[in-house]
Amino acid sequence: MQQFYVFVKKEFYHIFRDKKSLLIIFALPIAQMLIFGFALTNEIKNTEIAILDGAHDEASQALIAQFEASKYFEIKKTITTTAEADMAFKADEIKLALIIPPNFKAELAHSNSARIQILADATDPNTATTLEVYAGAIVRDYQNGITNNYRLPYSITAEIRMLYNPQLKGAYLFVPGVMGMILLLISAMMTSISIVREKELNTMEIILASPLKPIILILSKAVPYMVISLINVSTILIISVTLLDLPIHGSLMLVMGVSFLFITTALSLGLMISNITDSQQTAMFISLMGLMLPTLILSGFMFPIENMPYPMQLLSNIVPTKWFFIIIKDVMIKGLGFASVWKEIAILFGMTLLFLGISWKKFKMRLE
Amino acid sequence: MQAEQVIVTEKLTKKFGDFTAVDEITFQVNKGEIFGFLGANGAGKTTAMKMLIGIWEPTSGRASIAGFDIYKDMEQVKKNIGYMSQRFSLYEDIPVIENIRFFGGIYGLSKKQIKIKSAELLEQLGMTHEAKTIVSALPLGWKQKLAFSIAIIHDPKIVFLDEPTGGVDPITRRKFWELIYAAAASGVTVFVTTHYMDEAEYCDRISIMVDGKIEALDTPANLKKQYNAASIDEIFTQLARGAKRKAD
Repeated sequence: MQQFYVFVKKEFYHIFRDKKSLLIIFALPIAQMLIFGFALTNEIKNTEIAILDGAHDEASQALIAQFEASKYFEIKKTITTTAEADMAFKADEIKLALIIPPNFKAELAHSNSARIQILADATDPNTATTLEVYAGAIVRDYQNGITNNYRLPYSITAEIRMLYNPQLKGAYLFVPGVMGMILLLISAMMTSISIVREKELNTMEIILASPLKPIILILSKAVPYMVISLINVSTILIISVTLLDLPIHGSLMLVMGVSFLFITTALSLGLMISNITDSQQTAMFISLMGLMLPTLILSGFMFPIENMPYPMQLLSNIVPTKWFFIIIKDVMIKGLGFASVWKEIAILFGMTLLFLGISWKKFKMRLE
Repeated sequence: MQAEQVIVTEKLTKKFGDFTAVDEITFQVNKGEIFGFLGANGAGKTTAMKMLIGIWEPTSGRASIAGFDIYKDMEQVKKNIGYMSQRFSLYEDIPVIENIRFFGGIYGLSKKQIKIKSAELLEQLGMTHEAKTIVSALPLGWKQKLAFSIAIIHDPKIVFLDEPTGGVDPITRRKFWELIYAAAASGVTVFVTTHYMDEAEYCDRISIMVDGKIEALDTPANLKKQYNAASIDEIFTQLARGAKRKAD
């Protein structure tokens, strides 16, 4: 017990002495949450648009009023020619232009079909697509308004509800993503570096020549980062609930429990990495390229897995963060319970056992 | 009178693939002796030592340390040995006292023992005021003395020193050897590898390894007589000339 105590104490000494690692450990999660939460949002809010009203009749006014009422758009300028729209796009004043031709009302009334034009700045195709969908929805809304008035014999109205995330908040998705990334980074990378550092400094030999049992060595290396990671999970959740206004719909206990499991997964990955290499640089490189990159690309956090080519979809199954991401998303956002995510938890658990088994065997072999 | 033998090896061998790093070495070390383990770089002395302290498992042969078999009772062996490695190996970024507490702790001392021992150790080294100093701020000579004192903090029967005085000046080396003598006088057996030939003269007995084999083993005086040489350095050069392996 004394062995374990002095070892853990020494690890904390290392962590607190090194201001740089301290900064990475505690400031990184907060910085990431704030950046993703406030800067990198893909929500559409108050997008500036221009309107060319060629008709100036009741119908066009009513349509424009709908746009004005929407919180997604803000009418920046009223123009009279399409050339002006072009200039406004180039000056980056607007992201979208709505062009209503002359005789809008007359065409609507007599030929039952009127054309309007929506121009969107597609330099950023994702935003352009989103804007077009929003603008289209407003036009459809308006159309539904008139068809009701005219009392057509039949009409189909599709009512769309965005479930679980009605405001389409981007933050909902990135919170589990940031959690997975931070836990992986700190638990796997920092653990592997701290073990490999002992090899680089040659202190590992002294430890191996001492009566200290390997299991105590491993636990002493894991426990400090486990504690730090749990603190980070709490910080992320607190920021998410208070600053970003994203409540945890499911059980908090389940979120913490799954995080604990995932930290163990990451720690065992760190242990595996420390078995492969003897240099801190290599350990860091493997952690970043071998763990972070797949997490960013294949966990479903940045890019939807369903849209990937089939081989990539298959490959994504071996990325532990994918499973963590699914579980946390389901519990935090959909409010699902253990019964709905036990399969994913079982997969994550199995992976952890596998990694622990491999690294334990490797570690034993090194002692021989 | 037959002295108590604390290290006994019999045809101890370590192979890495086709390469035989240590080739059937057989020797005994007596209790309280300072045993010098000499050899050129790559002769196999570090490998031999790592088998004795349980970092590497031998390919064949037998050995016992402090009466415990290195295959069956490695745990007991580890409780009875101290080890100071080739490269300087304390934690540079933490204070002296925390290094003492850490190593005392992993060698299995209790909290109370660590407290007594660390005060004693600092007193002996004249470093009581340096207890809270970060190790990296100490001169190399001090660090090495500290590392040695920590290696014997748990009163081991045998201490293994792997080129403990590498990179320090002759005066500091002399002072370091005073510590070794003091430890030997208190009954600790010292097993030391070195490539400083003047240090070999300080040992009670020395062995010289060439190409993984022990080529010579006796007291420095007897060896000089046997090889008709004026110094250990001369003997070493004679033997090393016959080496086939290149130093790494």
